[in-house]
Amino acid sequence: MNVPDDLLYTASHEWIRRDADNIRVGITDHAQAELTDVVYVELPKVGAAHDVGSTIAVVESVKAASDIYAPVKGTVLEVNKALESDPALINTDPYGQGWIYVLQVEDADELKDLKDAAAYRAALS
Amino acid sequence: MSDAGQKTTPLYDEHVKLGAKIVPFGGWLMPVQYSSIKEEHQAVRGAVGVFDISHMGELVARGAQAGEWLNTMLTNNIASLGVGAGQYTFLLNDEAGVIDDLIVYRIEEEKFLLVANASRIEDDFAWLQSHLAAGVQLENQSDHYAGLAIQGPRISELFQALFGDGKEMPARNRIAQFTLGSMKLWVARTGYTGEDGIEVFVAAEDAPRVWQDVLAKGESLGIRPCGLGARDTLRLEMCYPLNGSDLSPEHNPLEAGLGFFVDLTKSNFTGREKLQGIKEVGLRRRLVPFKMMGKGPPPRPHYHVFRDGKDAGEVTSGTLSPSLNYGIGMAYFATPAPKPGDEIQIEIRGQKFPAVIEKKPLYKKA
Repeated sequence: MNVPDDLLYTASHEWIRRDADNIRVGITDHAQAELTDVVYVELPKVGAAHDVGSTIAVVESVKAASDIYAPVKGTVLEVNKALESDPALINTDPYGQGWIYVLQVEDADELKDLKDAAAYRAALS
Repeated sequence: MSDAGQKTTPLYDEHVKLGAKIVPFGGWLMPVQYSSIKEEHQAVRGAVGVFDISHMGELVARGAQAGEWLNTMLTNNIASLGVGAGQYTFLLNDEAGVIDDLIVYRIEEEKFLLVANASRIEDDFAWLQSHLAAGVQLENQSDHYAGLAIQGPRISELFQALFGDGKEMPARNRIAQFTLGSMKLWVARTGYTGEDGIEVFVAAEDAPRVWQDVLAKGESLGIRPCGLGARDTLRLEMCYPLNGSDLSPEHNPLEAGLGFFVDLTKSNFTGREKLQGIKEVGLRRRLVPFKMMGKGPPPRPHYHVFRDGKDAGEVTSGTLSPSLNYGIGMAYFATPAPKPGDEIQIEIRGQKFPAVIEKKPLYKKA
């Protein structure tokens, strides 16, 4: 299972790419493999404020709808509109074109609570 | 849900070997998918797929009075079945609610095989046992049998590869015994996918060998092992009901649109008077298929349905159709039920999405 070294992770299988005060978020390779066949993504609203752990997006496979949680507190800056027409990008390129949204982080200290790649790999094994 | 106390089928180790994702279903640990529900679905629509249906029940009724007695227990007319013929039928309670939907085969002049839903085996058996007539023996042989459904347009090629050139499948809805090496198999020309196909019932200990043989002989035909996920999308495209979702003791077969399998000309069967009364007064509600309009999330069971802006009930079955690539589902509506072309709405996470009533089946073969 692909777990890039330069990303942060949550226990609920989201990945986080940090860029100054913003984070780009998607679901991990493990998560997409478990879901398989993503058929719909409910994107967050740009400008919406989210608390850590709140439901921010929904990823739907043929079989089930899965909530995606905000990894830290922040405001949605950008969403991946390409997923509206091609939700399967989450399956084919989970860490690249399958990104879901960009969040402006309110308190960068909260990022310290996230897992690094080694810790996420350990959690998967 | 805990896996503890869940039963496994004789093919469980085969599923694990193939890397299946296993889920609890009706008291059983079953493969929901091996690789991808979409790919498994397409294999059945375009080539052939094999499903483990060992969780389904096999009840055997025999005796000089067995046929006559079953005809008082089941809605369809067994008198019309010759040896080797089968029919879809219902087991109803006294209120004409559905205990189970089954297939009954006359496998000998005085011997019948009933194939029951996994979660209803004990209920069916208890109900039938408590209504048993003199001169009839009823046995629950579910633990002795494994089942495989082999479905898809390439089934006849696979059938000949398995059983030998020139061997013919039984005709539609018929069952016959075949041998594979030293193994004896019941083969029925039935299924739950809308494709041509067979359902095979075999001694539990022989099941892994049959499964492996089917996959090996089917390889060049593009066979895929298929899980419950694809089984559900395939049957819903055809509007075949799922017991526990579209059918329940609170629903009768007429409102489910399945009156074809209820013979009201029979003088006597459990639920008959109720159904006759319901027919005279008119149905209170009807099960109707629908499709989602435009891009949106797929409908799912228990989502609320709106008609003319008012809450009209719940989705009973819903999914994304892999063949059609839009959301499809079924729901009960108070009569007069909406007609094909009528618009309704499905509430998904607080937002209403437009849908349109369709005719059965939702998927028609090109």
